Amino acid sequence: MITILQIVLFTVLCGVAGFLAFKGYRRVYRNIMLGMKANYSDNPSQRLNNMLLVALGQKKMFKNVIPAILHVFIYVGFVITQIELIEIFIDGFTGSHRIIYHAVENIPFLKGFYVFTISFIEVASLFVLFATLAFLTRRWILKVPRLNKPELKGWPIKDATIILLAELYLLTCIFSMNAGDMALHNSEYGFLVSGWLVPLFSGMSNTTIYIVEKLGWWGHMIGVLAFLVYLPYSKHLHILLAFPNTYFGRLTPKGYIANMPEITKEIKSMMNPEPAPATDTPVEAIKFGARDVFDLTWKNLLDAYTCTECGRCSAACPANLTGKKLSPRKIMMDTRDRLEDVGRSIEANNGIWKEDGKSLIENGYISVEELRACTTCNACVEECPVMISPLEIIVQLRRNLVMEESNAPNEWQGMFANMENNGAPWQFSQQDRLNWEKA
Amino acid sequence: MADMAASGQTPEVLFWVGCAGSFDQRAQKVTRSFVKILNHLNIKFAVLGKEESCTGDPAKRAGNEFVFQMLALQNIEVLNGYSVKKIVTTCPHCFNILKNEYPSLGGNYEVLHHSTFLQQLIDAGKIKITDTTTFKGKKITYHDSCYLGRANEVYEAPRKVLEELDAELIEMKSCRTKGLCCGAGGAQMFKEDEKGNKRINIERVEQALETNAQIVASACPFCNTMLTDGVKTKDKLNVKVFDIAELLAAGQGLETVDLQ
Repeated sequence: MITILQIVLFTVLCGVAGFLAFKGYRRVYRNIMLGMKANYSDNPSQRLNNMLLVALGQKKMFKNVIPAILHVFIYVGFVITQIELIEIFIDGFTGSHRIIYHAVENIPFLKGFYVFTISFIEVASLFVLFATLAFLTRRWILKVPRLNKPELKGWPIKDATIILLAELYLLTCIFSMNAGDMALHNSEYGFLVSGWLVPLFSGMSNTTIYIVEKLGWWGHMIGVLAFLVYLPYSKHLHILLAFPNTYFGRLTPKGYIANMPEITKEIKSMMNPEPAPATDTPVEAIKFGARDVFDLTWKNLLDAYTCTECGRCSAACPANLTGKKLSPRKIMMDTRDRLEDVGRSIEANNGIWKEDGKSLIENGYISVEELRACTTCNACVEECPVMISPLEIIVQLRRNLVMEESNAPNEWQGMFANMENNGAPWQFSQQDRLNWEKA
Repeated sequence: MADMAASGQTPEVLFWVGCAGSFDQRAQKVTRSFVKILNHLNIKFAVLGKEESCTGDPAKRAGNEFVFQMLALQNIEVLNGYSVKKIVTTCPHCFNILKNEYPSLGGNYEVLHHSTFLQQLIDAGKIKITDTTTFKGKKITYHDSCYLGRANEVYEAPRKVLEELDAELIEMKSCRTKGLCCGAGGAQMFKEDEKGNKRINIERVEQALETNAQIVASACPFCNTMLTDGVKTKDKLNVKVFDIAELLAAGQGLETVDLQ
């Protein structure tokens, strides 16, 4: 009877979590697809290579060795503990207990492999424990500057801490589960790390140990499901999106900023006015650059959801280093926040977007002052471990400011005029271009 | 270029002087040094002179694609009119935009920054260092230009050029992929800084001064201006900022550099 109840409860929990998670991920996908079309179907092998090196292999993380190693501990630990989850799920759906162990317990080689695997997971978990405590220390005690910037105030820093505490919670569950099980069965499983913990149960009744073991098992399982549901609302989504984001990452030199073909058409007809054909889209109908998330490409929006707010970009940004308001991380966070706000508004209006009179520029999102501070130096792009480009968004927003609103500092207006009139950013005559010859 | 074309000659390479190289007094000196090297090695080159316009870089980075493309299309018409195949330029911004952004507008050329061009000449054994005293015992630190380094991954060529000189090359704490911007890019050169607590060039010059180098080498006219300003602001009159072309010309005895 109890077993059937357990199976039902387990199935219901999985079903509810699965449904909530599905809704969460579908929401993220819908929001990303609000962006403009862009084609990334070129060079699949090079893209795959980038994904394997940068996302799977963490290549860009290793520019910063200590956090990279700690991050690898958590990353590897996270992936490896998924193996134990397979058994937890089979046990949950069938009401069995350690079904894989019992299936192989009489085959020495396979039994040995099982024990090795679980012990390996336990050792990996110890590394996770170490790295998690180190990360909490970096964030809250050492106060590493990039993890304590103003744009992280409020929800972002809570989100980061929740994730780290959730790691500690999951580790506690894994070890209570395994060590409890060992204590109940005279350590017959022979798991390495939980074997060391068995003495902690001495003097406890078997019922108490049984409860600890079950709390660990259910706690772990519920923790995993909660994590799955939480993920699409968290910066931690990078653990999944790092893969597509590096696959669709830019392959062109960092200095390249794509030209706008719609403008080429305009200028060619200006330079060569004879045919002057009636164009299908009048210039007024074309929007230059980006004012809102809809004007960015889906890749820019994927960038925003992939960002895990590590702040390597802002720590390298020359404007940010010298006290300017610009922070490339904030560009990504604002883009995602605006996109989330737009998404919520769409949900509130039965799936239809109603103009809210706001945009990504100003309105509490990205300010003009931030946009103007960028030197386009690509330090942020270079630093990002998951190939995000804050610069692409900055340039698109600048284009909108300058070409749609003539919103540029006076010096820039003068520079544009000089470039148009005398082909140089300064007011020199083109006739004097050879003056360098006269020493 | 017009003269060469009229007499039916084809240059080996077109030297794209750029606006700074044409008009900025400091950058004009770099232009002259580079030309001295070209002439010394009997390299047949041409310049567009009055037919050259700004590549459009500052407009493009500021967000004005109209002005950029107007200039780019004009320049491409001129370059294609002369059937230009190979371009060398002393400006990383011109280099980047000519190499990366002109092709899709119809301008396809082999584009080299002068650091790479000079490195190729060194590799071919054409550069002979004759002045072995000027740089003896001196320390040089090289400042990576963003548009040369991160933007196009040219990190080694300028260093190779400097290694030719009899000086010690020291790196700043941020170099190569981590090189700190001078503060001029993205059309910042042409406007006041946004509010902050420091100018970017000061931050960078402080890094340069930490190396105790007497010479800060740059490979970009805008970096040169920013670094020179920074050194002046810091009152370090004994530290000099030079372009790699000026230093290499001096090494060949074609130029004198004032290190006092």
